[in-house]
Amino acid sequence: MRDVAVVATAQHQVAALTGTTEVQLMVPLLNAVRDAIGLTQADIGFTCSGSSDFLAGQAFSFVHTLDAVGSVPPISESHVEMDGAFALYEAWVKIQTGAADTALVYGYGKSSPGSLRDILALQLDPYHVAPLWPTADAVAALQARLLLESGVSGAGELAEIAVRSMRHAVGSPHAVRSSADVTVADVLAEAPVADPLRPSDIAAEADGGCAVVLAAGDLARGLCERPAWIRGIDHRIDAHGLGVRDLTRSPSAAAAAVRAGAGDDRLDFAELHGLYTSQEAILVRELDLDDDLLVNPSGGALAGNTTMAAGLMRIAEAAARISAGEGDRALAHATSGPCLQQNLVCVLEGE
Amino acid sequence: MSGERIAVLGVGQTKYRSTRGDVSIAGLVREAAYRALEDAQLGWGDIDAVVIGKAPDFFEGVMMPELYLADALGCVGKPMLRVHTAGSVGGSTALVAASLVQARIHRRVLTLGFEKQSESNATWALSLPQPFSVSANAGAGGYFSPIIRQYMTRSGAPDLIGCMVAFKDRQNALLNPYAHLHQHDLTFEKVVESPMLWDPIRYSETCPSSDGACAMVLGDEVAGDAATGPVAWVHGTAMRSEANNFPGRDEVNPLASRDCAADVFRQAGITDPRTQVDVVEVYVPFSWYEPMWLESLGFAEPDNGWRMVEDGSTSLDGGDLPVNASGGVLSSNPIGASGMIRFAEAAMQVRGMAGEHQVDGARTALGHAYGGGAQYFAMWVVGSEKP
Amino acid sequence: MSDPDVPPSALSGDVTLPAVLRDVEPVRSVRTPIRLEYSVTAGSAAEAYLRAYAEKRIVGHRSPVDGAVFIPPRGVDPRYGQETAEEVELAHTGHVGSFCVTHLPIPGRSDLVPPYVSAWIHLDGSAIGFLGLVAGCANEDVRIGMRVRAVWKPDGELGPTSESILHWEPTGEPDVPFERAGNRAWRAGGPDGRDGRQERGDA
Repeated sequence: MRDVAVVATAQHQVAALTGTTEVQLMVPLLNAVRDAIGLTQADIGFTCSGSSDFLAGQAFSFVHTLDAVGSVPPISESHVEMDGAFALYEAWVKIQTGAADTALVYGYGKSSPGSLRDILALQLDPYHVAPLWPTADAVAALQARLLLESGVSGAGELAEIAVRSMRHAVGSPHAVRSSADVTVADVLAEAPVADPLRPSDIAAEADGGCAVVLAAGDLARGLCERPAWIRGIDHRIDAHGLGVRDLTRSPSAAAAAVRAGAGDDRLDFAELHGLYTSQEAILVRELDLDDDLLVNPSGGALAGNTTMAAGLMRIAEAAARISAGEGDRALAHATSGPCLQQNLVCVLEGE
Repeated sequence: MSGERIAVLGVGQTKYRSTRGDVSIAGLVREAAYRALEDAQLGWGDIDAVVIGKAPDFFEGVMMPELYLADALGCVGKPMLRVHTAGSVGGSTALVAASLVQARIHRRVLTLGFEKQSESNATWALSLPQPFSVSANAGAGGYFSPIIRQYMTRSGAPDLIGCMVAFKDRQNALLNPYAHLHQHDLTFEKVVESPMLWDPIRYSETCPSSDGACAMVLGDEVAGDAATGPVAWVHGTAMRSEANNFPGRDEVNPLASRDCAADVFRQAGITDPRTQVDVVEVYVPFSWYEPMWLESLGFAEPDNGWRMVEDGSTSLDGGDLPVNASGGVLSSNPIGASGMIRFAEAAMQVRGMAGEHQVDGARTALGHAYGGGAQYFAMWVVGSEKP
Repeated sequence: MSDPDVPPSALSGDVTLPAVLRDVEPVRSVRTPIRLEYSVTAGSAAEAYLRAYAEKRIVGHRSPVDGAVFIPPRGVDPRYGQETAEEVELAHTGHVGSFCVTHLPIPGRSDLVPPYVSAWIHLDGSAIGFLGLVAGCANEDVRIGMRVRAVWKPDGELGPTSESILHWEPTGEPDVPFERAGNRAWRAGGPDGRDGRQERGDA
């Protein structure tokens, strides 16, 4: 395997981008990561992005966003209808083939134009479940209730996760929900939205985008003072049917972590893409994270969830902290699908 | 090409029809996947990862349908990726799968493209009201017609070249049992007399709308060597994209297309495509794109691609460079699979397994796909021998 | 090559239905209507462009890289991924880059009676074309390179939409030669960053 590192990151995330198109969102981010390391688009070996037509409400929506990249001369480029973290995986693979030494990766999404909770229902089995049109929160609440009633987690644990996210998010430039003084009692006093999930259990919806540059070997060392090396990356998917899975578990997350080598050495922190406190509770167990590990120093996806980019943002957050010397080894996680169906784990290290 | 050698171990397709009402989406993809596994003489347990592609999710009304298809494609506990690069997606999907083998991350990968347009309403999917743009174009034909008109003007091609392509491809489709359109009674005159839809594009010069899926099993060199039947070896892979509209853009012969072709042929060691390539499967959703792409790909001089159509060079019956022996996109168009069908048909040709539409002695073949406003390109060169 | 009408062997086994389902009419299909509503953002570039139509003006954006003018403006030069912000008012005349005679109706445009002509309109001073309808002459008389001008709705009916222009009609001026028509006419401007087409004095 070639050594590949994250050498530049940029992100923007707000509660709602009301006056800005996806193209206008991405232009400054893409330029920021290229400028940070002194590369132009012509120097980039491969470009890959992640986004969703259903989020944009338009077929072929990613075609418009290509305008933000700059494609004269034409670029070697691909797109996944997945979170940008999976675009990063495709780009990492491309560098592993030897066909590219650098890659530009981006993911973006705007949930504010539509009703995300209803749109996500269309991810479910189209014949048996989607016609019932359960909201994403209702589906997640099934998982949370199983977690609570099986005794794996308690309501207090979930509230603590919510509190920790909001406290960490204070001072985090990309968080859209933060609080320095919220308490577990405050969270437990909230009326449930989808019982047992309370507002603070549910990731704060956001609009935004994220761009990352990957580079291989000595090239990475020359571009960046302290590259964040991808020491392992893997992703797995579980069965789709909610009824055929033990929803208190996420075997795909556990398998991805093992294959990414997460447990091979001590971690300094983890950035998790849990969309609900209940999902974060499951992830901490499945990823086999130590009780005292710093989880989501940025506040995590709970503090700001840009659908289609939140996973890539976790990798960018982890890489940026490592490059800044705020840790030597981190786990970044991305998820997709209902109830943690698909999971990606990326282990990043400084040198 | 750097990295691991890649072999096409198996190909599977569904019968293409306007409506596959007998199966669900899952049933459709399983049919193609099983055929590919049977062709490769492998089982689900031999597959390390699945890479799936399709065109816009609105075509079925299912958001990221690969999540729901994980079970049907034997993917539980494995990696799954979903590619979407507009009309080129079937080709791009195969190339992402190939890169997983090339990078030595996986030994054997199942890749699959599908579309089940009958599940939803494609016209609805493509005409979602966009409040800030004028709607003055009716469908993809309206988009590509002005480009074809430019080509006709600058090349001086006779008006009926497009009809010749359409008639050839529909005749070829009669030799392909999987093709959607089997128009036994079609004559050249009927093609010419079919109604104008987007002048200069006639009805018979357009692609159908199909349900269907196409799958391939790709493997590394060891897997290719272990296969009992013939395999196709990948000699080159390339993708290129360019923006939809910019000053100086040549819409007829986009630079992204020329760059992509130059890259894939360089990898394959091909310096004279016309003599070194035996058969091509080119993405031709509107008939005139055959001569246009032949020029862009370097099989003909600029503005002279139409002569290859006129003199029969691209015919399966005696031409030196049969184009779309399968009947092409003009005969079967499950959009998300259409690009992969081109790649798979190229592989079938060099494996000698194309049945009645086999090109005798085919050893080197090009698979090609394009998408968006002729701005996304995916290509591979496959051969009967190892690179 | 396997027979497409014979299912793969793994799928050809008989399905045994549970007794309770044996005499029940099979479900062949289900209809599940989908309705989603979106509030789409025009963005600052498109908003100014649309508002200009209400004032009977056509505006584009000038690229900071080489002065190429884009219409409709999207706030970016797609060649280089560079932000554009400088607004440029464009002439109401131009030429047809290419066109399609459409014999099909457009969903939601009952006002358009087929056959009608949709065309790439290349405004004087713009470096790319944009879509418009051509009328005011026989469809057979529309040509690549034909000079056209905007036909606006009456002042009282103008609004923040490109449909404030009803269509484009011939001016009667000599055609732009084919090799200079459309996007391919663009050549990079001089160091002052002006539109190369204007520098050559044509169109």
